[in-house]
Amino acid sequence: MRVAQWIDACSAAEIEVEDVLRFDHDGRTYAIYRSPDDRFYATEGLCTHEQVHLADGLVMDHIIECPKHNGRFDYTTGQAKGAPVCIGLRTYPIRIDEGRVLIDVGIE
Amino acid sequence: MVIVGAGEAGTRAALSLRQNGWPGAITLIGQEDLPPYERPPLSKTALTCATPTAPKTIATAEGFAADKITYLPGTTVCEIDRIHHRVALLPTQREFHYDRLLLTTGASARKLALESHNGAGVHYLRTFADALRIRAELSPGKRILVIGGGFIGLEIAASARTVGAEVTVVEMAPRVLGRGVPQNLAKLIHQCHAEQGVPIFEGIGVTRFEPAGPQTRAYLSNGVTVDCDAIVAGVGAVPNTALAERAGVVTENGIRVDACLRTSDPDIFAAGDCCSFPHVLYGNRRIRLEAWRNAQTQGQHAAASLLGADTAYSAVPSFWSDHYDRTLLICGFTDEPNTTTVERNLGGVNIQFHLASDGRLLGASAFGPNEVIARDMRLAELLIERCASPGGDRLADPAVKLKSLLRAG
Repeated sequence: MRVAQWIDACSAAEIEVEDVLRFDHDGRTYAIYRSPDDRFYATEGLCTHEQVHLADGLVMDHIIECPKHNGRFDYTTGQAKGAPVCIGLRTYPIRIDEGRVLIDVGIE
Repeated sequence: MVIVGAGEAGTRAALSLRQNGWPGAITLIGQEDLPPYERPPLSKTALTCATPTAPKTIATAEGFAADKITYLPGTTVCEIDRIHHRVALLPTQREFHYDRLLLTTGASARKLALESHNGAGVHYLRTFADALRIRAELSPGKRILVIGGGFIGLEIAASARTVGAEVTVVEMAPRVLGRGVPQNLAKLIHQCHAEQGVPIFEGIGVTRFEPAGPQTRAYLSNGVTVDCDAIVAGVGAVPNTALAERAGVVTENGIRVDACLRTSDPDIFAAGDCCSFPHVLYGNRRIRLEAWRNAQTQGQHAAASLLGADTAYSAVPSFWSDHYDRTLLICGFTDEPNTTTVERNLGGVNIQFHLASDGRLLGASAFGPNEVIARDMRLAELLIERCASPGGDRLADPAVKLKSLLRAG
């Protein structure tokens, strides 16, 4: 059973529209996205191909592209979108509360 | 569909054929015994990791089975019979019929002319097996001579130094990275190696080797001698065209293909390091690339062409090279005549943009921490792809977001 664990990650204003921010918590790294239609999303922070921080990559529409080998993911679903990545990203629930970005890093 | 060569280009092509909906047989033929694997780590982590592990595979046996792709490892194609549309295989003597054939035969390490008349063992790096042999030579204090200051030579030098070996690099040309890398960045990379304790001799060749106890003594053309435990040469690569040539397929610095990657035979295509192709973004100038991303995207493009698509391959050339904790990134062309260069300062690291006389962005280059330069370099690549002329002033201004230039253009 999964137990929700909501963590205050950052201020919503810290992330620009169509951009990404790295968030580290409890030995894990996450990537938090703000989409062009001003919604927030969160995924695990490292590329599934070579463990590179995705937050250094480029966000275009709903795609995050890894800064090292250009693996691409749909950050709204975590789905891998082509070579060289084949494994998708884990995604995390996210909500905005009084201007703060909270993500649920839940424990299994 | 038959694909000869199971490197990045060939394997991506095989996978793409299925993804693009080709329902028929796909046969991928590789010379090595391993499943297809990624080559970029061979000069990097494969040499620095404590215990060399298996290479990172591009596709597994299970993946091929799921996609109904027949993978033939350890197999050499010795002949193409273009009249009967057949390839002949070694060592099995089997023959395979093809409707369409893709040649992704790659390139081989150029050999030193010097090696043939002495007993010194010289390592070259193309395969995982080569990487394991070089890895076995690297340990703290071991003296390694790297011949060739190109990408492979300098990456091997950085990896060997990272492991603690004593490394010397000699480069015959007046400077390292003489091909395709702006002079100022080559100088920065030279300095970076010097700071790590790797001397680089430029404009210097090796005239002969002699045994020196358990070591080999290399005599350099400047009179210096270098005693070393191992020698690694990275002096360029030559495209593997022999099979195509024997079959009468036209070659020109590689297997000659048109913009759709079709050879002089309408049923034979080529992609990756082995082919030269006209680049539509650069006035159809014929080029041949030795780069991972090109192999990947060209393999995918070839798959579409094999299935009848008639679109020109137009991906912007793009590559990276890792040296210690810094990365060289280059996209487009940085050495076109009559270009001007503007620099954009990203907090101590510069990206330089190479602009044509009419203002069009032709190339971009940078050397620094990948996490600092990667995003803007990727945006530069997208601007180049769109033939944008964003203006030198705006490119140079760190307050102007490159993404906004992309949207404006």
